[in-house]
Parts: sequence; structure tokens; C-alpha cells
Amino acid sequence: MEAEARPKIIGARVQRVEDPRLLAGQGRFIDDLNLPGTLHVAFARSDHAHARIVEIDSAVAARMPGVTAVFTAADIADLMQPIRATSRMADYHATELPVLAHGKVRYVGEAVAAVVADSRYLAEDAVEQIVITYEPLGNVIDPVANIEADAPLLHEDAGTNVIVSRTFIRGDVEGAMDSAPIRVGDTFRMHRKTPTAMENRGYLADYDQGRRALTLHSTSQIPGIVHDALVEILDLPGNRIRVVAPDVGGGFGGKGALYPEEVLVCILARQLGRPVKWLSDRLEDLMTTNQAFDEHIEAELACDEEGRILGLRAEVIGDVGAYSIYPWTAAVEPVQVVSFLPGPYRVPNYFGRVRAVATSKTPTGAYRGVGRPISTFVMERLIDMAAAKLSLDPLEMRRRNMVRAEEFPYKSASGIVWERAGFMECLDGVAEAADYQDLRRQQTAARAAGRWVGIGLASYAELTGLGSRISVAPGMPVNTGTETATIRIDATGAVTAYFGIASHGQGLETTLAQVIAEELGVRVGDVEVVHGDSAAVAHGTGTFASRSTVLAGGAAIMSARAVREKVMEAASHLLEADTGDMDAADGRVFVKGTDRSLSFRELARAVYSEMGRLPREVREGIELEATRMYDPYFGTTSPASHLAMVEIDPETYQVTIQRYVVAEDCGRVINPLIADGQVHGGVAQGIGAALMEEVVHDPSGQILTASLLDYVVPTAAEIPAMEVLHIETEPPGNIGGFRGMGEGGTIGAPAALANAITDALAPLGININELPATPERLFRLIGDRQE
Amino acid sequence: MIRVTVNGVAYEREVEPRLLLADFLRHDLGLTGTHVGCEQGVCGACTVILNGDSARSCLCFAVQADGGEIETVEGLGDVDNLNPLQQAFQEHHALQCGFCTPGMLMTGVDLLRKYPLATDAQIREGLSGNLCRCTGYEHVVQAIRSVVRARNGS
Repeated sequence: MEAEARPKIIGARVQRVEDPRLLAGQGRFIDDLNLPGTLHVAFARSDHAHARIVEIDSAVAARMPGVTAVFTAADIADLMQPIRATSRMADYHATELPVLAHGKVRYVGEAVAAVVADSRYLAEDAVEQIVITYEPLGNVIDPVANIEADAPLLHEDAGTNVIVSRTFIRGDVEGAMDSAPIRVGDTFRMHRKTPTAMENRGYLADYDQGRRALTLHSTSQIPGIVHDALVEILDLPGNRIRVVAPDVGGGFGGKGALYPEEVLVCILARQLGRPVKWLSDRLEDLMTTNQAFDEHIEAELACDEEGRILGLRAEVIGDVGAYSIYPWTAAVEPVQVVSFLPGPYRVPNYFGRVRAVATSKTPTGAYRGVGRPISTFVMERLIDMAAAKLSLDPLEMRRRNMVRAEEFPYKSASGIVWERAGFMECLDGVAEAADYQDLRRQQTAARAAGRWVGIGLASYAELTGLGSRISVAPGMPVNTGTETATIRIDATGAVTAYFGIASHGQGLETTLAQVIAEELGVRVGDVEVVHGDSAAVAHGTGTFASRSTVLAGGAAIMSARAVREKVMEAASHLLEADTGDMDAADGRVFVKGTDRSLSFRELARAVYSEMGRLPREVREGIELEATRMYDPYFGTTSPASHLAMVEIDPETYQVTIQRYVVAEDCGRVINPLIADGQVHGGVAQGIGAALMEEVVHDPSGQILTASLLDYVVPTAAEIPAMEVLHIETEPPGNIGGFRGMGEGGTIGAPAALANAITDALAPLGININELPATPERLFRLIGDRQE
Repeated sequence: MIRVTVNGVAYEREVEPRLLLADFLRHDLGLTGTHVGCEQGVCGACTVILNGDSARSCLCFAVQADGGEIETVEGLGDVDNLNPLQQAFQEHHALQCGFCTPGMLMTGVDLLRKYPLATDAQIREGLSGNLCRCTGYEHVVQAIRSVVRARNGS
């Protein structure tokens, strides 16, 4: 077939269409947008973790030069409906998410008053003149203490600090544990992270008083969700609110929730009749952008003498911070820790309980990996601890327990159904690519020379591209399981595709154009992808949860096929040929085996402009446009295995990564260049999570890591070269054959590194069950052992 | 009143003493390619070349640049005519969200002008003042390596 002879666009290392503008300094990020007459906001933020607001004195600030007004909660109460993230989940207590604190403050950095002024400089000058009097309330900083019945309450109306509880049970874990010959367990701790996108959050609201219409420009990953929420909060019809995400400088989940400042600029723009802008500085970002990964876990694994898992038990306490965020709720991360804990393994008996506890810290939300970096860390540590006890090689231990090809679909101990995917293929693939046995020989030699060298493996599976049957967060009222694509060939033959996703670094303008180009028969550069705009399609959410390639890619295929049918029908009249005898490529429709062809431009002119070329009854049915909604219904399984080889410097306790290999199954790869980049970036964040990143609070709840000097993210000097293998097994059960893969790197790396460092320190018998394994922590652990 | 030359164009502007160079470039001159990521001199997104050396435009007042010569990302190459370093970034997928990219490019320009960059470790060391949260740096290193190779004729 001629179609087969054409070079494939899907699978090619296509250079990104986003790049020229970004490389030339011509990207349009939020702070690059300027509207005449814009007013700027700066916030007076709480310096108490938990305190009653006694008085706010803003009289001086309001009279400062260039200041338009100062707003507090009382000033906006009548201008909005309260925000609450609801859920059908049992044992969930919704908390109101205040736009400005009223009554009391619940974390350091919470916005209390907003100054609106002619410039940010002047607004900040005025903030310094606002005097807020507080009366400190009880300390609610420790999630473990906050569970106690007599603990002070952060949210009195909830009646408890435990705002989410959930338990997963399979089989009889007590019985399995009691009779098991091998049991390993410990207390595990992952410390709090913050996503740290390089661009801070920012919002610019523009209210058109004549049309009573609001446009919000937002650094949001979820413009569709924000749009739908603003309709309720501001009581405006959906056709008079538009939320646009321009070029967005990374998100990683941190820009994937509705934020108080985002709502406030809308309220103020409507109230003041001027555009209103707020841009976070880095201090505010590190204090207020949703944080993550803050879990305390007690876990135990039981197995038989052959290393086969018999049971798994876990108690998880998630420190979710001050508020349950919109729309994901406080459950989004901690529940995933227990639902994904059994990993890609056969676990016949399981008990996993999670309690999400409110504390007076920054709210938590989705950060790349969401729960699974922690569940994978714990499970992969347990696997290695059991292997060590059995004197079994960690690779062999995994092989004995991993779900095998013939067992799919496999229902995990927590009820997740794994479809056929390359679980074992990834494990074997990473071992082969790294030459595992040779690494072990190198390690033996290094160890003989007294060096601390270790090898760590980590395997996991995640659910990506979730359809309507599975909520991203349990019980959530917002549907994220469908995606709509409209593809339109206009009267000049230009192709524009509209989506509900919001690319912010993933390169979806390129990968979706590749999918459409291949289906429609045009060039990648001919397709303009419109995303990040709530006006693009009737229902959109955004880009998060490794969904966009699977869902938007699927919708693109369906929609492109529908448009192609119309193109072919028009062409069959114009070229006087059967549709079956024609094909399209490079923006031309041609009759196969002849020189008869038409460009898309010529065809579009014939349909739309050159009346008479097509019979009226044909023309009326073939507007060159189609909208399709895709619902993958269930999720798509994405597995991977990581291998890390590390060496610890005995003088500085610095961990150097000597080798890092990833084998992952993301199904059909659309663009290997972009797929590699997603893995590299994910692993780098996982390395940060494992070795350096930690949000630190003092006992009174003050945040001690509010600059990038204190919250340390990896630089090029700490991140190693990486090897990435894309392993394709059977195609998943979705239309494009794609598996989501944007988060995976971050899921595997903390576990692989914890295992590698533990392995390096095996002669000392040290287990790395607390991350990040900073040089200071290693110094203490090793020092304690050497004494 | 300050006088500066930016990408070969002379400007004369009245500025407040406390105006940051980054804000001057972005808001007064409209050169929004230079990005501000931390305002603390850590992330490197705002890196420009000031009088021949890379500098953090967020840690420098506009008045300190008086009489100076500044190069920003807008001076490298435009969308239809990317320079070799920009082209290498595209070929090697050395950017994702693109926010840190202008700073990466200006640091890259400075490194390529001044150092042999014989090993990847030297490239990584040179880039260690520029944070990127998307790429994991691997493709950035490869992009700069390819320009070094071309420069060395190998």
C-alpha cells in the first residue's frame, strides 16, 4: 500500500513547533502580557501558622502613593461564593478554601490583605504599612499529634483534623503475617516537597464592563476546571468567562489547582473595572504553591522462604496542610500512597490504611507522581529488605513477585486493574541494558577497595490516561476522563485543532500535530494546535495526571478521521474518483497511481468559496470540521523499572550517581525526542526528592526553606547522563495505543536511589528509609553506626 | 538618566534608582525574553551578558548598567533565523517549557566564548548556576556539546 510507503510521522524525532518562539525570547508568558491601565496586587501574608486575626489596620497603606485600595476578606465576602472541594468519598471533611483569610490564619504565608496599586513596587511598599494583630492559637503543626482527640482543631467545623480516612483490604493480612517465615518492616518517611516550576504562578484578569465579560490569563494547568469553577464562584454565565493559559513555564502539578489569588484578581478586576495582575515572587511560591509528598508510613511485608510475597500491611499518615484544595481535595495524594503501595507485584493479602491530617502548613496537592513516588519508595525498600534477609538478589526477588504476562488483566491488592503492559520486560530490559551482573562485579571490586558503591532497582506501575470510570481523585465531582477535539479546515485550507488540554512544557503542540498530520495527510507544520483556552472546546479540564497524550491524542485521531472522510468526499467529486482510490499526504489529496491531485487549499476553496464546484446537497453536509469526544473509560497501565548505581563520598557524604538507566513502556511513542525528555526531567525531580529537596518548618510552623538557596533543587552538576529504553509490548486498550508517561521518572527515582544508597552502605547495615538522604542525614546514620 | 546599549541598539531612559535591570529590560524596553524566576540570583533565568560577562539582571539595578553594553536573548537570532546555539537547542530538545531557556542560552553563549568545554563535566559545571526543572539537563548538555564540536571542526 502506498500509505505504508510514506514515512511515518508518529514515531519520528520531529523538532518541536514550540521551540523557535521560546528560543528567540518571543514566548508569551503571563508576565509578558500587558494590558493598558493594569493594576498590580501585593499581599500582606500571615507570619503565624495558626492564629486568630484580631485586627487589620490598613489605613496608612490605603493612603500611600499609587494605591487604589486595600482589600480584606470582609470586603470581598459579598462578591463571591465560597470555595469548597466536595467529594462523594466517605470519611471526608471538606474545608473552605478562603480567598483571603477570615477569622483566623492557618499557615505561614496565607494571604490576609491585598493591596492594589499602580505598580508592584508601590503595592509592596504599601503592604509594609499594613499592621495585622494576631492572637496565637494552639499548635497544630505535627500530623501525628493532630490525630489525638484532644488536639486543637484547625477547622472547627470539621470537628477533626483527620479530614480523609480510607482503608484497602484484601484477604487476611493478620493470618498471612502471623504464619510468615520472613517479615520485614520499618517506619518510612518522605519529607515534604514543593514543585518549583521555574516560572512562578501569576494571574491577569480583564473585565469588560460593556459586555460584562471576564478574561482571566492564568499560569494554570487546568484552565477548563478554573473556568467552570469561576462560573459558580462569580455567578457569571460560562459564555462570559474565558480562562486562557498562555505559554506556561512548567507546572508539575503545582499549577494544577484553583488558587485563591486567581479568584481574587477576577473579583478585583470586576469590582474596579481595570485589569488586575498578580505575579508570585519566589518567596511566595515556596510558601503558597501547593506542596506534596509529606507522608509518614509504617509498613511491613511478609514472604515465604522462596521470597514470594504473602502479605503487606501499611499505616499511612499524610500531612496535607491547611486546606483541602480545589478540585482534587486533600485525598489526591495520600489515598494514592495506599492504593498504589502493592506495586506491580502479586500481593495476596493486604491491609492499607491512610489518614490525611490537616496541619498548619501550606496546603498539599498534586506534584509529579502524586503518591506513587512514596508508595514505590516504601514497597521497593521492603522488597530489598526482604531480599537481604533471604540473601536473594534484588533482581531475582522482583522477578519472583512481579505480575507475569499471562496473568493480565490483573487486579491488584487495592483493586486497581493492570492491563497487559511490559512489567517484566521493563525489569529485564533495564537489567540487560545496564549489564546488571557486570555492575555487581564492579561493585564487588569497589567494595573490596573500601568504597561505598551501591546498585538500586525500582519497579512500579501507574495508571495514566484515566477515563470517565476512574476519578483522578476519589469521589471528585469534576469529570476529567474525557477530552474533546475540534479539527477545522478553514476556507483557506489551514488546519486548526482545538483541545481542552493545556500544554506547559510537554510539547503537545508538536505531538498532537504529529497525530493529526498522520491521520489527515498534512505536514506537521500545517497544523495549528490551540490549547490552554477554555473557549476552545465545550468541556475541557487541562493537562495533569499523565492524561494529555492518551486522551487528547485519542480525541485527535477520532476527530481527524471524521474530517478526513469529509475531505475525501469532497475530493471524490472534485477529482471524479472513488474515495477508496484516493489518499492524502503532505497537504494534498491525490488519486493513487495518477497525477490527479488537489491541495487542501484548493479543496477548501471549492467547498467554501467557489460556489458551483460541488452540488449544493453535497456541500451542505461536508463542512470541513469535526468535533469528537473521547473517553478511554478505564485507565492505561504504564510500567517501568529504574536502575541506579551510586557512590558515597566518605568525607563529604555526597551521593554521586554513576549510572542511571530507565526502561519504560509508554506504548506507541509519538516522538522519541520528547519521550526521552519527559523521562529525563522526571528522573531529575526524583533525584531531587531522593537526595536534596525538603520543605522544612520549625516547631512553630515557620517555613525555613523559603528561598532557592534553602530549598535546593538539582543543577546540571548533580544530575547524571541517563539512558532510556522505550519498550513496547501489546498496545493498550485505547484508540491511539499510547500510555501516559509524563510523571513516571519521578515515581521510580527516589526508590531506586534509596535502594542504591542502602546497598552502598550494606557493610554498615544501614537502611535508607527516610528521604531525602541528604549528606547531613547520611553523616548521622553512618556516624551512629560507626560508633 | 541612564544610557545603555542593548543588542547593539542605544537607549537613553530615566529610571528610578531601585529599578532592577531585569525589570528595566522587560518593562521599560519591552524585551520580555529575559525572564525572572527567583529575584535572588539563584535560578539564572534572568541571565544576560553585561559588558562581556554573564550577569544576573535580577541582582543588578538598571543604574548600575549605565554606560554598559548588554546582550539578551533577543540579540541571538529571531524565529526565522535561529543562531547555531538556538538551533542546537531545538535539534536536541534542550527545552521544554522554555522559561529558563533564555538564561541557559546566555550562559551557554558566555561559556562557549570563554572556555574549551572539553568534557561534559565542564559543561555541567558551567551550567550549574542555571536551574531547569523540565529537562533534567541531559539534552542541554548534548546541545552545547554539539556546538563545541562544530566550533572545533570535529
